[in-house]
Amino acid sequence: MSKKYIRAAGAILLLMVAMIACQKMLPRAPAEDRLLDGPVAELSTEQHLQFLRGDVAFNDEVFVAETGLGPLFVATSCGSCHAGDGKGHPFTTLTRFGQPDTLSNRFLQRGGPQLQHRALPGFLPEQLPAGATFSRFMPPANTGLGFLDAVPDAELLKYADPDDADGDGISGRPNWIPLPGYGSLRPDAIQRNGRYIGRFGKKAAVYDLLQQTANAYNQDMGITSAYEPHDTYSGHAIDPEISTSKLLDVVFYLKTLKAPLPRNAENPEVKAGRQLFLELRCSSCHVPELKTGYSPVAALSYKVFYPYTDLLLHDMGPGLNDGYTEGTALPEEWRTPPLWGLGLSMNAQGGKYFLMHDGRAGSIREAIRMHGGEAQQSSSRFQQLPEQEQQQLIRFLESL
Amino acid sequence: MNGFTHFIKTCDRLPGAGIHETFRMKRFFLLSMLLAIAGVAAAQRDTALFKRIVPDSGRLHMNMDAVYNRPFIQAGKLPATLGGYVEANSAYFSENGVSEGLSFQLPRLTLFVASTIRRRIKFLSEIELEEGGREINIEFASVDVELDPLLNLRGGIIMNPIGAFNQNHDGPKWEFISRPMAATTIIPATWSTVGFGVFGKYAQDNWVWAYEAYLSNGFDDKIINNNQNRTWMPAAKANAERFEESFNGAPLVTAKGAVRHRRFGEIGVSWMGGAYNKYREDGIDLDQKRRVDFLALDYNNRLAKWNTAITGEWVWAFIDVPPTYTQQYGRRQQGGFIDLVQPVIQQAMLGWNQASVNIALRGEYADYNVGRFTETGGNIYDQVTAIVPGISFRPSGQTVLRANYRYEWHRDLLGNPAKKIAGFQFGISTYF
Repeated sequence: MSKKYIRAAGAILLLMVAMIACQKMLPRAPAEDRLLDGPVAELSTEQHLQFLRGDVAFNDEVFVAETGLGPLFVATSCGSCHAGDGKGHPFTTLTRFGQPDTLSNRFLQRGGPQLQHRALPGFLPEQLPAGATFSRFMPPANTGLGFLDAVPDAELLKYADPDDADGDGISGRPNWIPLPGYGSLRPDAIQRNGRYIGRFGKKAAVYDLLQQTANAYNQDMGITSAYEPHDTYSGHAIDPEISTSKLLDVVFYLKTLKAPLPRNAENPEVKAGRQLFLELRCSSCHVPELKTGYSPVAALSYKVFYPYTDLLLHDMGPGLNDGYTEGTALPEEWRTPPLWGLGLSMNAQGGKYFLMHDGRAGSIREAIRMHGGEAQQSSSRFQQLPEQEQQQLIRFLESL
Repeated sequence: MNGFTHFIKTCDRLPGAGIHETFRMKRFFLLSMLLAIAGVAAAQRDTALFKRIVPDSGRLHMNMDAVYNRPFIQAGKLPATLGGYVEANSAYFSENGVSEGLSFQLPRLTLFVASTIRRRIKFLSEIELEEGGREINIEFASVDVELDPLLNLRGGIIMNPIGAFNQNHDGPKWEFISRPMAATTIIPATWSTVGFGVFGKYAQDNWVWAYEAYLSNGFDDKIINNNQNRTWMPAAKANAERFEESFNGAPLVTAKGAVRHRRFGEIGVSWMGGAYNKYREDGIDLDQKRRVDFLALDYNNRLAKWNTAITGEWVWAFIDVPPTYTQQYGRRQQGGFIDLVQPVIQQAMLGWNQASVNIALRGEYADYNVGRFTETGGNIYDQVTAIVPGISFRPSGQTVLRANYRYEWHRDLLGNPAKKIAGFQFGISTYF
């Protein structure tokens, strides 16, 4: 073999070594179970493309005055409140006000139900009206919402026990809400007195992801749409500031974000914590397993998933009663929040926990301690556990 | 009135005519320059007609001299000298393990025209085509009148002397493919506007002192109303009308003082500030004047013993953002960079007599939102840190082939775990 060929082979070998070395010098992707974003499995190409369009609209599109922001607002983009599709931060908590009971919001003509506490230059932001009770809402994680959306009403009603007929101290009831004038009913939707089961929002006062998304654009960013055409500042119906197709892309994005993946599930400490979670009957409200019904998105149809919620309202005691409510929920009633993704919350909240509905709890332990009402018994039993077992339970919750 | 004159006057009466006129003038100017350069290139066949003017390397040059300190070509008795530079790059980057693949860019092609109109009266200009011609900008076009070495008048489109990079940014001078973050996103280099001012230099023994001071058109409210979701100074560059009229009638003041010692290098201190919002319209007060101010320090030197080049710059920006606006848009920013360039081989190579191989290292940082959250008292992040080792080959001082490895850490507003972006860049940049 001539020297020329040896040199060429050497050069190719060197290039291959360099290419491998180069790959090593590029940042590695975080493990899939460390991320909250990403699509559910089994989407079609067309669905992936819509997911990507929604991803861009949700995470990259920033509204400015010229594109409809405000003039009063809470945030400038969807992604501002849900970094990495995770929970929010006190910087982006929403303030809702004006409804102290199940009858009605008495401050709708004075800016209710949501406070827009920021304003474009030249405008004055809203102030809380005197006499209005209020509550602050921490933005939730977006992950797995499509699965929650696809649970049949009948499945949720299986967990409801409004009069505590079984005497276990846990009631649980749906928030029966009127439908917005748009959107469509779920297959086999259950109606009661012209109202339907709400399942999104801290008080379960939102029917589906379309309502949630149209509301958020309108109330959080001051963006009107075909669904929510009224400008929050002037009160007038104005031209849509976001196209219907883009808004539907965002709805699809939210619907098809994957469910959080549990971590360290086989760790003995985690397994012991899971057993304690069941023994302390935390699972009475934080129901580990749900099943979807039919969904137009095949990837979401008839799936078993593990959100740790029943999507129902529970009395959480006077300590969590802010004197504000929505729909038919009582002020002390809150929808059971899903616990999946809890261990990754800090990665979206700036390295700290801001838990419970308004972020008042700085740790999982503190959040458990704040549980009252129907959850008081479980909370008390947790606090009576030896420190080691408390840690096991916390490790289990962090693994979700 | 002939047809062409009629057309021009009609256009002037149309809404936005000024912008169209500016664009038409740019295209005309650009075409003229390209033709002239083509003519010069043709003239190179006849060396009697062609003269290359190389920068004087013996003098103590400062950053403010960068517009003069460039290679130019003069053809015959053409009253203007011409020049320019071009950059072409390729890049392969990965963000948290996801890559968009290999891409190629022509980030800029820049053309210079300079002319000595009369003794001590000069015209200099710099026109830049960015991103393959998607943007055409007159970055610099001024007339300099020297009344005294200590007192020169300058008027036209000026590059505000804030920091050093804004004035001294020609691609072939740098071993790094990406421009420094803080010098291009906090100071939005190349930041140029229309204005007038004075400058001067005084040299004695091993020292040179210099100053510059200008009044010019300034920023606009896009710096806090933009789709970057942060206070973003480059957003003001999108307003081409700043070359025609001030956004708010308040001048932007820029002043710089610098001193260079032959051994200890050059240090500069500069400040730029003015109102950025439209606080009054049609005689009606709309808001209080809201200012944006920059303070910058810059330093450069070449260590005589090792021939190591050191270049650095740091900037602080202060922005009066209305308190009722979102904290997403920072009230303070800061950042800077430091470059170290070490020639390792300087000898004839591949037939080029003054070739060199250099290794280089850049460290840089930009904090787009210095402050604390009102709600928690916690730190607001929105920061980028980068480190860039590189190697370059210079066939001559005016051409550089460079390869960089760039690693960036991006922390969002809340300070969540950093997004990591890294990749390789290869490019060439040369004066012509």
